[in-house]
Order: sequence, then C-alpha cells, then structure tokens
Amino acid sequence: MPNSPSARRDGAMAAEQSGTTTMTSAIQPYLDSFHDLIPGLPGAGLGWLDRLRHDGLARFAATGFPSQRVEAWKYTSLRALERSVFAPAGHATPPAIDRLPTVAPDPRTAHRLVLVDGRFRPDLSSVPASVAGIASAGLADLLAGSPGDVPTTLAERHLGSVATLETGLTAVNTAFVSDGLVIHVAAGVAVAQPIEVVFIATGGAAASPTLHHPRLLLVAEPDSQVTLVEHHVGLGDGPYATNTVVEIVVGDRAVVNHTKIQREGQGAIHIATTAARIGSEGRYDHFGLTLGAALSRNDIVPILGAGASCRLAGAYLLRGRQHADTTTAIEHSAPRATSRQVYKGVIDDTAHGVFQGRILVRPGAQKTDAYQINRALLLSAGAEIDSKPELEIHADDVKCSHGATAGELDDDQLFYLRARGIDRDDARRLLIGAFVGEAIDEISDATVAAAVRALADAWLTTPAAGSQKGMGS
Amino acid sequence: MLIIKDLHATIDGREILKGINLTVGPGEIHAIMGPNGSGKSTLSYVLAGREGYEVTGGSVTYDGKDLLALTPEQRAAEGVFLAFQYPIEIPGVSNTTFLKYAVNAIRRHRGEQELDAMEFLKLVRGKTRALGISDDMLKRAVNVGFSGGEKKRNEVLQMAVLNPRLALLDETDSGLDIDALRIVADGVNALRSPERSMVLITHYQRLLDYIVPDHVHVLAWGRIQRSGGAELARELEAKGYAEFAERAA
Repeated sequence: MPNSPSARRDGAMAAEQSGTTTMTSAIQPYLDSFHDLIPGLPGAGLGWLDRLRHDGLARFAATGFPSQRVEAWKYTSLRALERSVFAPAGHATPPAIDRLPTVAPDPRTAHRLVLVDGRFRPDLSSVPASVAGIASAGLADLLAGSPGDVPTTLAERHLGSVATLETGLTAVNTAFVSDGLVIHVAAGVAVAQPIEVVFIATGGAAASPTLHHPRLLLVAEPDSQVTLVEHHVGLGDGPYATNTVVEIVVGDRAVVNHTKIQREGQGAIHIATTAARIGSEGRYDHFGLTLGAALSRNDIVPILGAGASCRLAGAYLLRGRQHADTTTAIEHSAPRATSRQVYKGVIDDTAHGVFQGRILVRPGAQKTDAYQINRALLLSAGAEIDSKPELEIHADDVKCSHGATAGELDDDQLFYLRARGIDRDDARRLLIGAFVGEAIDEISDATVAAAVRALADAWLTTPAAGSQKGMGS
Repeated sequence: MLIIKDLHATIDGREILKGINLTVGPGEIHAIMGPNGSGKSTLSYVLAGREGYEVTGGSVTYDGKDLLALTPEQRAAEGVFLAFQYPIEIPGVSNTTFLKYAVNAIRRHRGEQELDAMEFLKLVRGKTRALGISDDMLKRAVNVGFSGGEKKRNEVLQMAVLNPRLALLDETDSGLDIDALRIVADGVNALRSPERSMVLITHYQRLLDYIVPDHVHVLAWGRIQRSGGAELARELEAKGYAEFAERAA
C-alpha cells in the first residue's frame, strides 16, 4: 500500500498548511497542482474542454475522494489514496515492444493500442492494415488538433457525456484529462478481430508514488459491432495508483463486447469507472477479470435504451490481503431492455471481495427483464465477501431477480474426485476452475475467453499467497 | 487381496463399525447385505478413505499394504474403486475432463506415461462402446442432469476406464428400475476378472440375481453376523432381515 514514510511526508505538510478538514487537506495538493498543470494540458484554451476540466475540478473540490460514509463506498476505503500524495506519472521506459503483454494469439497481427502510464504510445501500438471503418487516436493528439482519421469533433461531442461528474473520481479524472485513447467505429462496420488496449503502469519503481488518470472513449456508431479488450498490467509491485474512466457509446443496434483484464502490481490502487450508454436495440457485454492490485474498485454503469441488452459478468480472484470491489449500477431507462449479471469470486487468505449490484428501473421502463447473481467461494477462514444487491423499481410490469451465495469448496465433490485418484490440489483446482468457468462462459469471443481462462488457470496454479506477479507471461 | 481385521469406526463419536472381519481373495465377489443403518455404507466410505470417519480400532490390509494409512487418491491409484450409492454432480467439469484427470493421475502414480488426448479418447471410446454408453454422456458435466440409471452407468464406465483391482459397489442397484439394473449388472459382469475382486453392498437380493457372488455376508449392528454362499442371499430374500432387526430393538 502507498503509505511509506516518504510517500506520507508531503501529505502531512499539506495538512498542516491548510489546517482545514482531513478530506480537504487530503485533496489540497491535487487542487494546487491543477493550477500549475492546466496551461500545459493538451487542448488548453478550447472552450468546451476548459469548461469540462473546471467543472471536474469544482466537483472534485466539493466532494473529494468518496468516503465510507457514502453508502456506495461503505465497504471500500480510499484512505490509502488520501494518505499519500501521488505525483502525476512521468515518462518512464516501457518494456520492449515484443515483450508487451497481450491476449492476442499472435502479437504480429494483433490490433493493439498501448498506453504507458496513461500516455498513448503509437510507437508501441500496431493496427492491422486490413482494418477499415475503425479509427483511433491518442486523446492528447486529438485534443491538440491532430485527430488522424478520427472525426474531429468526436471528443467534444462525447467526452464527459456518458461518465457523469457525480463521483469525485470521475471528476478528478475529468479535471486532469490529458491523454488516453479514442476509438471510433463507423456505422454498419462489423469487426471480428478484438481491439486490445493495453494500459501499462511502470509505477512502483519511481521514488514517489504516481497517480494517473487515463481516459478511454469508444464510440460505436449505429449498426456497428466491435470487441474491445482493456488490459491493465503493472510492471512493478511498489505503490502507484490509476484512476481510469472508460466511456462507451453504443449506437442504436450496435454491439460492443468489452472484456477488461486487471493485472496491476501488488502495491497498486486501481480505480475505474466504466460508463456505457446503450442505444435502442443495442447490446453491451462486459466481462471483468480482477487479478491484481492491493486495492481495486470497478464501477460499471450502463444506461439501457429501449430494447437494449446488457450482460455484465466477471471473476475476481483474490489472495493475500487484496481488496477488490465490483460495483454495478444498471439503469433501465426505457422499455423492453434486458440485463444479466453473473459474477464469481474466489477469495483466499485474508482477502476481501465486495460486490454491489444496483438495478434501477425508471418509470416507464416496462417489460424490463433484469437478472443478477454473485457467487463467492471462500478458500480460507480469513477470507471475506460483502455482497449487496439493490433493486430500485419504478415500473410495474418488470421481471427482476437477484441472488448471492458464499461458501466453501464442497467436501462431497472433493472426495468424489479424490476417490478417482485425483490429488487434493488438482481436485481443488478443477473445482475452482469450474466455478470461475461459469462466469468466463459469458464471454462471447472465443479467443478472448481462452485468454481469460488461461490467466485464471495461471492464478490457480500459483502456489502460495503473496507470490502473485503484476506481470505474468 | 483385502483383509479386514476387527475394524471399529465412529462418526461424530458414535460407533458404527464394531469389529468387522472380512477377507476377500483375488477375483472373488463378496456381497455384503444388511438392514438399513447396519453400517454398510460406512464400511465402504472407510475403505475409500472419506474424511469424517474415525477408525478407532482394527486394521485393513490391501495387497499387503496398510490401506488406512493412504489418502483417498493413493487408494484409488493403488487400484481401489468405490462406486458411489449417490454419485456426485460436478457442474462445469465435463465427464471427459474428469476421466482424463483421473486416468493420468493414476498413471503418474504408477510411473506410467500420461495419455495424450488421442490415446485417452481411444481408451474411453472403447469402453463406452462396450458398455453401450453414448459419447454425448462424455461431453456433459459430471453427473449433472443425469437420470438415476445414467449416474450408475457412469460409475461403471469410470470403473471400466480406471481398471481397479478391488471394486466396492455401494448400493449400485438402488433407485434403478429393472431394465436399468440389468444394464448396470451386465456392465459389472463384463468387468469380472480373476485379477479383480468385488465387494457388492446391497440391501436387496435382486442385484445378486444378476451378479452372482461367491460369498454372502450379513452385516448388522456393526458386525458381520452370518456368512455363507449365494444361497444365504436367497434365504434372506425369503425371511427378510427380521431376525437381525429384532435384536436391534
């Protein structure tokens, strides 16, 4: 956790100087640095962007980081983020291009866009020549007036339109928004090959902990289809933090398959908001694999249009003292939309999993069909899960169901496998793998599903607590 | 092959087995019959190594080894097979994966080369064909959604694939109609061999119409009360367990 003495010093000084409440003092250094940073941020001077950044800052100044007094944050504390001051990430040296992590079976033909500490790196990215109808650009380049083949006004039209400034986290990301990635899929274009966005965090090696606020905007125009893999990898196990905001616009009748893989370093704080607006008859599927970070929080916030469908699934595999919070809030804002959520947690040692699933059915969203399940497997006496479903229904012709279970491995199943010659460790792995597999089965792309399954299997065969690596092979 | 001497076992501090003595020679088929609650299933679980049962006295020697000192997986690898009365469902694990893990775990234990996917399929296909089991059953999750008959046939399939030297069949006839019983019994009979001993645990004599044992034992109150040949089973069928139930009351 980022609370080493050196990391603390600046924060303590700031607190003495301001002499105000703890929360304000905790964010004061961020507010101060904003005024130093803003003239140098890409696109500074653009009216709409200046306003967006200032709105973000104002909101962040008012709310600070979410505290546990807020219901949605009751199980997860961001004190670690407040205790130390995280500097903006510098220009670190990334690994060689052929050593970059990927889920692609063949990296040579991969469609892979790479960010290092939140900065887009075209030199490390590769776009297959055959791809037509998909355009991407670094957000900084786009804001600075070099959009490449991305529609020039894309950022202005969509940035901040899906992820609201409601929480301090989205607000601070928006205030400091500088780089990231913008992807545009033209109307009617269907691309089978996944687009992989690799977020590499070099953090942990630097003298002081760093915090970056990457932003990803995906706009899938009507009738398009695209598969996105968002792959976060940490190279070091020291303290660093990332506060990612992903905005996804799913056009009418468009289909977006989104898989997020989180393999941050052991000392990392990973905070992410994924907001999606799904047009009528559109489909948004999201799968999240949580393996890394000391502390992680995923907010997944889809808003469904008429007849839209949304499938959220995920697996969180935790050990040591990891804390991972998955909080979903699905909003049925129009009639005939369906949502389905399938989450599986495997929690070992004294790790702590949190799942909060909120389903909001707005007035008039008749014929809503919403389903939610969270199952947790506790592998040790110290493992912990907090599961909280929340249904808020303002329409009378809807079908909503939810469930949550927590338990240990089944002794009868273990004995059955062992009675057939399978040793205890293999039997446990088979059963845990099958448990997690039910969530992985929700991924529709076979290649991506295979990559996720391989990562989950690798986690299962990692022998002991605390030996997990930020970057596997 | 198997020598049980004065075996005592408890569960939750309650003594269920109160001095079992039984010797099973190579290739022999023994039937253990008895009223409900006599300790039949406990005996099979203790022999297979299930946790929760405490052996408080006696010994079990299998092929010259102390069977009770082995883990369940070691017993299986040494050739002991328990066909479960209630086969366990394992969602998310296909029958093929399950069988492949089992076969290769046992081969590893024996110092044999593991089978690759092709060799394994060849082995399993040979057995399914011989037992009249559809390949579809291999693709399904272990016992999930199987009918009672399918579950028992799946046990016989596992036995055929794993090729044990001592098979313990716990109430293999329970829950089967007469057609299913015949199919399962045919499968078991096909596996009779001079190298394979079997212990059939059953409440009813009808299984023994199809699988004729060499020896029959009556288990009641945690001990073997009577032993005889196949004719003892027919006598029990005629008279019932009343003789053994009265003394329990």
